[in-house]
Amino acid sequence: MEDDLKIGVYLCHCGVNIAGVIDMDELEEFSKTLANVSVVKQYKFMCSDTGQSMIKDDIKAGLVNRVVVAACSPRMHEPTFRRAIEGAGMNKFLFSQANIREHSSWISMNDKQGASRIAKDHIRMEVAKVSKLEPLEPQKVKVTPSCLVIGGGITGINAALDLAEQNFHVYLVETTPTIGGHMAQLDKTFPTMDCSACILTPKMVDVNQHKNITLMVYSEVDSIEGYVGNFKVTVRQKARYVDTIKCTGCGECAIKCPVSVPNEFDLGLSVRKAAYLPFPQAVPGYYTIDMDHCILCGICADPSVCEPDAIRYDDKDKLVELDIGTIIVSTGYDPFDPTPLKEYGFDKYDNVITAMQMERLLSSYGPTLGKPVRPSDLEAPHSIAFIQCVGSRDFHPGRGHKYCSRVCCMYAIKQARQYKEKHPEAKIYIFYMDVRAFGKGYEEFYEIAAREYGITFIRGRLAEVYEDPIDKGIWLRGEDTLLQTPVEIKADLVVLSVGLEARKDADQVASLLSIQKTEDGFFMEAHPKLRPVDTLTDGIFIAGVAQGPKDIPDAVAQAKGAASSAAVLMAKGEVEIEPYYSIVDADHCTGCHSCISQCPFGAITFNKFKGVSEINPAKCKGCGTCVATCPVGAISQNHFKEEQLDIIIRSVLKEGGVY
Amino acid sequence: MAKAKADKNIETKYELAPPKEWTPFIFGIFCNWCSFAGADQAGTSRMQRPANLRIMRVMCSGRVEAHWILEALKEGADAVLVCGCHIGDCHYVEGNFKTVRRMPLLFKMIEQFGVNPKRIRFEFISASEGAELTELIKEYSEEIRKIGPGPFNKYFKK
Repeated sequence: MEDDLKIGVYLCHCGVNIAGVIDMDELEEFSKTLANVSVVKQYKFMCSDTGQSMIKDDIKAGLVNRVVVAACSPRMHEPTFRRAIEGAGMNKFLFSQANIREHSSWISMNDKQGASRIAKDHIRMEVAKVSKLEPLEPQKVKVTPSCLVIGGGITGINAALDLAEQNFHVYLVETTPTIGGHMAQLDKTFPTMDCSACILTPKMVDVNQHKNITLMVYSEVDSIEGYVGNFKVTVRQKARYVDTIKCTGCGECAIKCPVSVPNEFDLGLSVRKAAYLPFPQAVPGYYTIDMDHCILCGICADPSVCEPDAIRYDDKDKLVELDIGTIIVSTGYDPFDPTPLKEYGFDKYDNVITAMQMERLLSSYGPTLGKPVRPSDLEAPHSIAFIQCVGSRDFHPGRGHKYCSRVCCMYAIKQARQYKEKHPEAKIYIFYMDVRAFGKGYEEFYEIAAREYGITFIRGRLAEVYEDPIDKGIWLRGEDTLLQTPVEIKADLVVLSVGLEARKDADQVASLLSIQKTEDGFFMEAHPKLRPVDTLTDGIFIAGVAQGPKDIPDAVAQAKGAASSAAVLMAKGEVEIEPYYSIVDADHCTGCHSCISQCPFGAITFNKFKGVSEINPAKCKGCGTCVATCPVGAISQNHFKEEQLDIIIRSVLKEGGVY
Repeated sequence: MAKAKADKNIETKYELAPPKEWTPFIFGIFCNWCSFAGADQAGTSRMQRPANLRIMRVMCSGRVEAHWILEALKEGADAVLVCGCHIGDCHYVEGNFKTVRRMPLLFKMIEQFGVNPKRIRFEFISASEGAELTELIKEYSEEIRKIGPGPFNKYFKK
């Protein structure tokens, strides 16, 4: 068998990414010295059509029957090269990729010798491995034509509608009693000044009425099992204490309810009852009883109050099981809480508010019906100061995040313009670091704000704010870094342009779905440029601010991207998964049960008649934990067999490496 | 139980003294989903580190077998670094738990062989922790440099 091995080693320059650091000719000479290598070639871009053809031609000519490509990370282009090899009629699992870019040339750019040594060792390892690889057949699994969308903000709504229109069934799960998300709280949207509710609420209604969408509000995903195409999802429908079939949404219960609590939807600027509808346009329009605050007085259950008899004090959480093919995560964000930034006095002074509160004050269905007032005396402010980058672009630990939240510049300008339209005489100051007006039409929007609306832009971060004890105005002290002078001005109201941050429950969501997060706390995409809505877990996609701060157009674009990616899988109806499952050698199994307790997927069962363990390939996800557990070495994992990995260790350490 | 009698001098038997600027050779076994991706991220962000790490990819750190680590040390590696996902982040739910439980047994065992247990390390590296990995390699290299070449490093030892 060993004599038949004809290994082709293909070295990729990746432009100058690899060849700029590593001497490729030397690498070629080196590769020729390795056992069983028959062809060594180098090319500028191995992943290009020409590069792939070089490999294909050699396979077709019978020159090679095993392929090693030394290039970027296998996480990047392994599928590309596998497709090429398959296209040439070879089994695609007889391929291995040596990472000489991310793990070599890019981490040792100054030490070229060192990079070269790593590259040689990585090629040595993969050549050794590929000589032991065996042909495998990919497993094909069916994809259930249904999608779970987690999060009912503008992103989730768009993704759900796009998929439903393509005749896939969508389950839209939202944790609050209504869909709409943060966009429902906004008054207008930049730069077109579209009324947010006017463009959002029709879509909310569409979602509720679409025959292919099952809307599950006030619900949370409890558990997810399975794999791409075949997820088993349990959704917990929280007790609403209102019978949604009987509730007509008349609102009598809320009128009669004696308990008042701060309204989260208005960020505490107004009150709601314990029986409530978050906002008048909420979808679905059923009332909810907040049991954390309800005193069980029974008034709302009185037939004279609730005529349809919809109140159910004994309502319980319901668990619903769903068969799901693909999942889209659009869980959105939390606005940054500015309380830790003491110099802005958010928790100290009445007249310091966040931008989201300002948005509610500006909103026509907000607590002041669109006539902003300052909290201390409920008078319209004559001057407003906006403070930018609160919780964004700050490298000091505990003061927020390093990233730019991308929307604060534009929403501050928008709110300033909106207030100017209502009160042209008011003075508006915006304290900024840089104005980032990057989107379509944004720069023009900013220009007009500065030129025609007479909004004063002051470049500089504030040192502190303090309250004037007499009129409760706020003094702002800082530096104008363009004029290089200290500034001290007084404003009636201060608005903190807070950034966006990953939701507090992002950790739980990530482990529930086994998807990764980036350093900033948002969910991680499979590739920052080419796979921006995919995750590393097949069949799970991310969209909207859950992936990173973005504005509404970008979030909607991602929603449509994620919907289309999910549709690709579901339209095909089946998907290939890597056949890395484990196999029990019945002759060696002693029936000790060790592996059964180690398998997190319940893929291993004990065959009482034969006295051995058996692995169900459909349930096995291919982690290999059972292989390492088996005390007699009776289990082997496809593509990661003992001899296939052992030879890597021996090859790199016996012949190369150590210096 | 009497402690196995081990040749405690195994660590200090040199044939050739290592040069001062000697860089230890670290053999890495990384899980595909977090740590290998984290190493990729370190590369993509061009974070420079000593060129002394070779990475073998497995699907899950739960697949890592103790005898690979012993084999790597036996064949001359100065240190073996096993990396997996953080607890709770495992792509296979709980593979890394298994590794966490197995590693201390291995530390105990190699100590009895007369090998410094610091030569084996298990760390959590997530897919976004390229910077942490870079720091880890720098720090670990320094630590191993102080300990000296591996017990079976064929360049310096018998």
